[in-house]
Amino acid sequence: MSNPENNTKTYWKTNVKYLTILLTIWFVGSYGAGILFRNFLDQVRIGGFKLGFWFAQQGSIYLFVILIFVYVKLMNRLDKKYGYDKD
Amino acid sequence: MSVQTWTYILVVLTFALYIGIAIWSRAGSTKEFYIAGGGVSPFANGMATAADWMSAASFISMAGIIAFAGYDGAVFLMGWTGGYVLLALLLAPYLRKFGKFTVPDFIGDRYYSKTARSVAVLCALLVSFTYVAGQMRGVGIVFSRFLEVDINTGVVIGMIIVLFYAVLGGMKGITYTQVAQYCVLIFAFMVPAIFISIQMTGNPIPQIGFGSVMTDVSEMYLLDKLDGLSTELGFEAYTDGSKSTLDVFTITLALMAGTAGLPHVIVRFFTVKRVKDARKSAGYALLLIAILYTTAPAVAAFAKTNLIESVQDKKYEELPTWFKNREDTALLGWVDKNKDGKVQYYNGHVVKGNKNKPIFDKKQRGRYGERIITNVDTETKNELFVDRDIMVLANPEIANLPNWIIALVAAGGLAAALSTAAGLLLVISSSVSHDLIKKMIKPTISEKQELVAARLSSVVAVCIAGYFGINPPGFVAAVVALAFGLAAASFFPAIVLGIFYKKMNKQGAITGMLVGIIVMLAYMMKYKLGWFDKEVPFPDEWWFGISPEGFGAIAMMINFVVSLLICQFTSEPPIEVQEIVEKIRIPGDEREVSLH
Repeated sequence: MSNPENNTKTYWKTNVKYLTILLTIWFVGSYGAGILFRNFLDQVRIGGFKLGFWFAQQGSIYLFVILIFVYVKLMNRLDKKYGYDKD
Repeated sequence: MSVQTWTYILVVLTFALYIGIAIWSRAGSTKEFYIAGGGVSPFANGMATAADWMSAASFISMAGIIAFAGYDGAVFLMGWTGGYVLLALLLAPYLRKFGKFTVPDFIGDRYYSKTARSVAVLCALLVSFTYVAGQMRGVGIVFSRFLEVDINTGVVIGMIIVLFYAVLGGMKGITYTQVAQYCVLIFAFMVPAIFISIQMTGNPIPQIGFGSVMTDVSEMYLLDKLDGLSTELGFEAYTDGSKSTLDVFTITLALMAGTAGLPHVIVRFFTVKRVKDARKSAGYALLLIAILYTTAPAVAAFAKTNLIESVQDKKYEELPTWFKNREDTALLGWVDKNKDGKVQYYNGHVVKGNKNKPIFDKKQRGRYGERIITNVDTETKNELFVDRDIMVLANPEIANLPNWIIALVAAGGLAAALSTAAGLLLVISSSVSHDLIKKMIKPTISEKQELVAARLSSVVAVCIAGYFGINPPGFVAAVVALAFGLAAASFFPAIVLGIFYKKMNKQGAITGMLVGIIVMLAYMMKYKLGWFDKEVPFPDEWWFGISPEGFGAIAMMINFVVSLLICQFTSEPPIEVQEIVEKIRIPGDEREVSLH
């Protein structure tokens, strides 16, 4: 904690990096798999589901929930590392 | 006991519970009234957010809409859940750190301007009022469906209940009633879904049953069967849908950004204690919402298959009793166009005029005892009118479930409608008492007076919403769907830029919000309401085939571009404001963040 100014900067940079990665997955899983590449993915089947249709009506929603909890985990760890976890 | 008795028992019990909670958790300060004191646990806030979010439309109509839209229903499923990722990652933690009461609070302080605050208040009121008018109507419809009272009586009962706990308890009362309402509504939605899944596929988990083999003789996958039935009857295959890819894309984006920009959703994240709680709470909220949202498409597929199989080419006299019960409540209607005494269901309208809803003859019955429809469209082959709400409402009866479960669905529908209406009313009353009166008109009022003002404005808001519920203006139904477009076009860019772009200034943000909302309103008036032409223009006139519902995504991008452009040519925001932005980016005590 020698240089608090620097600390906030790297903290924010790491946060933005996490956001970029997670939002890319968010986009690919919903708009990609469920909409843009749906017809292509529909050629694959899991059980009774065509894959593109499954992503559009089920998979994307599961993915959203997972993404938020991953972010929660990552940020809690980051907060701890920079000492922002104390009240 | 009869369904009616069970319904009364369950409705009275749940209402007593809500009122009891409201009395126990009444608000004593403005902080409690606006943000429940700021100490709600992340899980409780997640439940409250989920109940707030899932309206009567999610509970009763969504499965039905999906049943008729097939693949296209995904716009609602993804659009109304994906926005929570944006909320959790881009908005909630920073707004919590900022630590004020309302969304206009943030906009006003971040953009150091009363004009910005006024524009935000205007947008908040516009979005919330259009949304709540639809909700009050929804409350009335739910009451009339389940308790067999007149819709208007239903609106009034709903008003009294909401008035009681919103005025008394403020955000604190609303939050804890919403926790109870979430439990009621999710239980009521899941129980019939699980039973119907077991019946049709042998799997108790609807999300899996949805992709399983059916238990009947055909041994086909449920979705293959439904695709086959749909094309046979002249519809698109269920898993294909009929909207263009661009339209599906833009509608989904508009709904997601709109969700993240709705003031009544954002304000929920002001109620938790710490920044990390805001993130976690968004996760819980989405998890709890996802339970219903992943079940709804399964219910849609089950109910659609079940409906087609139980009525297609069946003699009217031999139809099950639920068909006739629902005919009495005008959710179903049959007209024997080819005079063979059997039901034939095809793609196409059954009736003409009256917004494609049947007008029933009040006295006479037809040859087979069916209700007579007076506005039959004789040009089409389709003989069956199906109201989409039947997919959820009649499910327990179709699955032969006991009476108390049917009554439970009624209590669930009411919980869904009331919780959303209450959350919206709170945003309206705090916009008036806090943003308008305290922050702009009369800053000298004491906290006690502000609390009185908050209570009075919620009484007024309930009355106005109730008035629109009883006399719905023609455009309300259209505007409710577009409230998301308006939120996406106004708040979402202003808040995101306010957090992630330190140099964003007031000139850019204000122009961006105004341009965004004006473009959105203009497109809506032209292509949804038809105000500029003699009639509503046809879809082939839409810009690039983008529907008014999807245009919110375009208006949002216009807002982003305009804001950034104007910002380049105008002065930088003051140093203090840039320091605020630095501070909200890191977790910690909200008291560090202050302009004053």
